Amino acid sequence: MRLFKIILGIAVVGPLGFLGIKEIIADPVYFLELFLGGLTRGSIYALIALGYTMVYGIIQLINFAHGEIYMIGAMTALIVASVLGLWGWNSAVIVILAFVFAIVYSCAYGFTVEKIAYMPLRTAPRLSALISAIGMSLFLQNYVMLAQTPEFMPFESLIPDFAFWEPFAHIITAVEMSIIVTTVIVMILLGMLIKFTKIGKAMRATAQDKVMASLVGINVNRVISTTFVVGSATAAIGGVLIACHVGQVNFFIGFLAGLKAFIAAVLGGIGSIPGAVLGSLVLGISESMFTGYFWSEYEDVFAFTILVIILIFRPSGILGKDEISKV
Amino acid sequence: MVTKKEIKLSFVIALWFMALTFPIMVVKVNTIKHIVIFRWDNLLWTGIVCFFASLIWNYFLRIKEEKKKSDTKEDIPIVHRLLQNEKFRIPFLAAIGLFAIAYPFVFSMYHTSILISALIYVMLGLGLNIVVGLAGLLDLGYVAFYAVGAYAYALLNLHFGISFWVVLPISALLGTIFGTLLGYPVLRLRGDYLAIVTLGFGEIIRIILENWDELGNGPRGIGNIPAPSFFGHQFNQHNSVIYIYFIVIGLVLLTIFFVNRLENSRIGRAWIALRDDEIACEAMGIDKFKTKLTAFALGATWAALGGVVFAAKTSFINPMSFTIWESITILCVVVIGGMGSAIGVIAGALVLILLPEYLRAVAEYRMLVFGALQVIVMVFKPEGLIRSVRKTYKFERTKE
Repeated sequence: MRLFKIILGIAVVGPLGFLGIKEIIADPVYFLELFLGGLTRGSIYALIALGYTMVYGIIQLINFAHGEIYMIGAMTALIVASVLGLWGWNSAVIVILAFVFAIVYSCAYGFTVEKIAYMPLRTAPRLSALISAIGMSLFLQNYVMLAQTPEFMPFESLIPDFAFWEPFAHIITAVEMSIIVTTVIVMILLGMLIKFTKIGKAMRATAQDKVMASLVGINVNRVISTTFVVGSATAAIGGVLIACHVGQVNFFIGFLAGLKAFIAAVLGGIGSIPGAVLGSLVLGISESMFTGYFWSEYEDVFAFTILVIILIFRPSGILGKDEISKV
Repeated sequence: MVTKKEIKLSFVIALWFMALTFPIMVVKVNTIKHIVIFRWDNLLWTGIVCFFASLIWNYFLRIKEEKKKSDTKEDIPIVHRLLQNEKFRIPFLAAIGLFAIAYPFVFSMYHTSILISALIYVMLGLGLNIVVGLAGLLDLGYVAFYAVGAYAYALLNLHFGISFWVVLPISALLGTIFGTLLGYPVLRLRGDYLAIVTLGFGEIIRIILENWDELGNGPRGIGNIPAPSFFGHQFNQHNSVIYIYFIVIGLVLLTIFFVNRLENSRIGRAWIALRDDEIACEAMGIDKFKTKLTAFALGATWAALGGVVFAAKTSFINPMSFTIWESITILCVVVIGGMGSAIGVIAGALVLILLPEYLRAVAEYRMLVFGALQVIVMVFKPEGLIRSVRKTYKFERTKE
């Protein structure tokens, strides 16, 4: 079986690699553009995937409503920015306030969703919590659609085209660059939060063993809430950034983005934070290459195909550990 | 009953929700015309609704806790008790049968047509019930198999002129094959991945149908799908609706019969056991993978059958009929009606599909309510509206 996998791997990667090198030599700038585009895309996936992987690591639940939290972040930023814009506030203040409001509101939504839909089901079978999560996702989507509008709303980019960036703008725009830089900063901060702070330690302990963690005096419920809040915050940042990049927002953007981010989290190994980042970058870049060199209509099909292939050949993902089920 | 403390808590919760929903409920921006509207009345309504909702929520949570502590044996739902009662069962079933037969002749074509779509959902719900309710596998791409059935009829008829009755078994077979093909790689995995993979598969089928113009005209879809014939005789439009109605009734009865027999068969018991405890089940010598695969493939078969009827009924299909929302609606039917309970699923399908059809004014809130109901049902009544009742065997001493 192992030999078979290796042969299959070479058979797939070999010709692709050969073709790839030929293409890169033929048009290096196009390749670079695709690569950076993929990196941007992957950064956004990473910001969302973190929430999935952290929640999954702690309570083994696929938080279906996570994509909606990301959408609400983008929506809130849009609403705050347009209200303040009409009041004629300074644009720098608007940028900061839009980000702050998006993060605060997403965190509040993440917290509330956990309290309503998941906390009463902590001891219930996994299927119940999963269905509840789907219901919550459906509810939030329709709530935003009915309260606002089903149409796409144009979103004026909060990030200006910096003058000093002008010479590089034909390869990578200022917005894309900001996305990558912000993601790196968020990742470093998050890594520090988990590695060095007390709550980070509590999170790691809870992920390993909930009962044991509560025995040594960790308030497990609070840790779970914090995990949801932190995950929602990164998703909100992702939401605002992607809205700036794409330039429009509607109630449905969370669905596909959430799915892709979930695929990225599985690709990297669900439950693992570095895995989520790696998986997101791999997915983002390979997706960008696929749409650039092959068929752009089948972009989403590509991501799902990757998911199925991963689940068959390496269900624990790139960095994940094999899970042993115990009685 | 309601203490002062609870009222205080609900008040705080209402304030929290008023703050939480402020940007989305109150502010409405129009970024094209640059207008901002503040809808302050929404704030008030949110507060009032959340206050009472929180009171009720906490009250039921408390009842649930108390019930858990007292550990009372749950009583059998009233529907089951009535159906078990011999005196009641026969007149009840006869009345339903009579009503079903008389329906298309008493009511207009419009009402019959609506009932047909509800009955298609009954079929789909019962099929999905095998997968979700009995075997405990969350399938979010159920609509893919529905699409397979519908497109199978449309294409086979378009290219080869094959009639409805021949396509029906072919598409059932196709559904089984597709179900096995998809189930084979993913059913080895842990349950929650299945939800995502099937969701992905549902979307893949839709995207392929939309982009592959040569197959099914892409987004334009396929039209002029003929209605089923009666031994070569083609009905006029009015009669063909009635005819399809009876076909659907027949198929629904067939489904109920099959599901009922399956549930109490060896494999049905294996499904239920697998849902409740996988490891114990394996220890009892049940092949986990094969059992799951049968459930998945059988569920797919019913979806494909439903698809054929749907194509014949609407006479036009395009990829828009097979979105993720369909899958979620069918899932709602199963979950809210009662997972594993055939009566629950039937009642759920009829209520959830017919109500929004007749209450057109609130139809846009349909999905919102479905979502909320899923959460509420899972939190307070995970077994659904009408609970399934496991068959019990009584040993009675015979009189000597």
